[in-house]
Amino acid sequence: MNPKRKQRLMVVLFLLAGAGATVALTLLALNENLNLFYPPDQIVSGEAPTQTRIRAGGMVMAGSVARQANGLDVSFVLTDYEGSDFEVRYSGILPDLFREGQGILVQGQLGSDGVFKADEVLAKHDENYMPPELADMHRPAAPGGDAE
Amino acid sequence: MTLKELWHRLGSPRWFYRISGPLAWVLGILALVLLVSGSVWGLAFAPPDYQQGNSFRIIYIHVPTAIVAQSAYMLMGVAGAILLVWRMKMADMVLAATVPFGMTMTALALFTGAVWGKPTWGAWWVWDARTTSMLVLLFLYFGLYALRQAIPRQETAGRACAVLAVVGVINIPIIKYSVDWWLTLHQGATFRLTEAPAMPPEMWIPLAVNVLGLYCFFGANLVGRLRAEIVRREARTAWVRALAAGELQTAREVSEDEVLRMGPGPGAGR
Repeated sequence: MNPKRKQRLMVVLFLLAGAGATVALTLLALNENLNLFYPPDQIVSGEAPTQTRIRAGGMVMAGSVARQANGLDVSFVLTDYEGSDFEVRYSGILPDLFREGQGILVQGQLGSDGVFKADEVLAKHDENYMPPELADMHRPAAPGGDAE
Repeated sequence: MTLKELWHRLGSPRWFYRISGPLAWVLGILALVLLVSGSVWGLAFAPPDYQQGNSFRIIYIHVPTAIVAQSAYMLMGVAGAILLVWRMKMADMVLAATVPFGMTMTALALFTGAVWGKPTWGAWWVWDARTTSMLVLLFLYFGLYALRQAIPRQETAGRACAVLAVVGVINIPIIKYSVDWWLTLHQGATFRLTEAPAMPPEMWIPLAVNVLGLYCFFGANLVGRLRAEIVRREARTAWVRALAAGELQTAREVSEDEVLRMGPGPGAGR
């Protein structure tokens, strides 16, 4: 490679490294704010701000979903299966994928009593896709987790 | 042909034009066969998902477009670096020819993602790290497209686009790892190089077929656009003039032939 090209190659590499470092440092500085939601342990430990609109996420704990007899009010517990969980109250229509054991995102306010008042519920799904018959074989015991 | 020879030949628009005619056809036919079979298989015959039912089938469009959108950008980054270092004019043509297809694929990936998000997540759009970085990719494509139009001098425009393309490559690992680095609503990667896909073969094979098909379509589109770009940029060279004159000659012969065979054209007898 002739010296001129070598020099230009160095310039390109320098450009890439410089821009890369800038972006990396910016993202690192913003790291906490780039998370879309607070996981259950941050909600429980009080790291998440109260009285302001935030998003929280977790898995719906089995057996925790309680619906009002006549109305749309529903309450359930979100957990990380590692000892942190909190109660969510919501009034409205739940997404189709909402079920026990499902990852769920809620948006709303965390009260000082530790109860999360949600005004929006989003369902998270994972990258494990399977046909209904296979899912039946895989997890026959998962309540509400199998195909309808 | 050694690697070095190939490298030098790739730099020659004339050589590329001569050998690439059949290439576009081969890639185009492959793309048609793969995309039709992959889509029919995926959309009609693959089993539905145990949770999402049929709405999961949009994966057969969403994932291929997202993968090709990012690959196209990587190609532009490499072409940009080659242009900046070696000043190869073919690299600038590759850069220019990739933008429209990559832009379309990015827009399609975002659109199909929104259509998928509504029934499964419950929202068309969520500002999580994956969706936002993909939107940044679309804006980078817009920027590359606009930058080339904005600078009249071809050489300057090429270098400016090359710098933008090279710097923008930083966004690609961010898109790829956004779902691992941060908490997002978007699920993890469907295909990983090191692990088996997290779904049975009757679900992922049609997806892989569609990914391959879309790569072929991208290749065919790129070759076609490159050929057009070569003829446009080299219009003043002797070989393109000879080519044009030759085609004109053939066209004339063909039409004369037809006139002779078919007699007076329609309308002549009225």
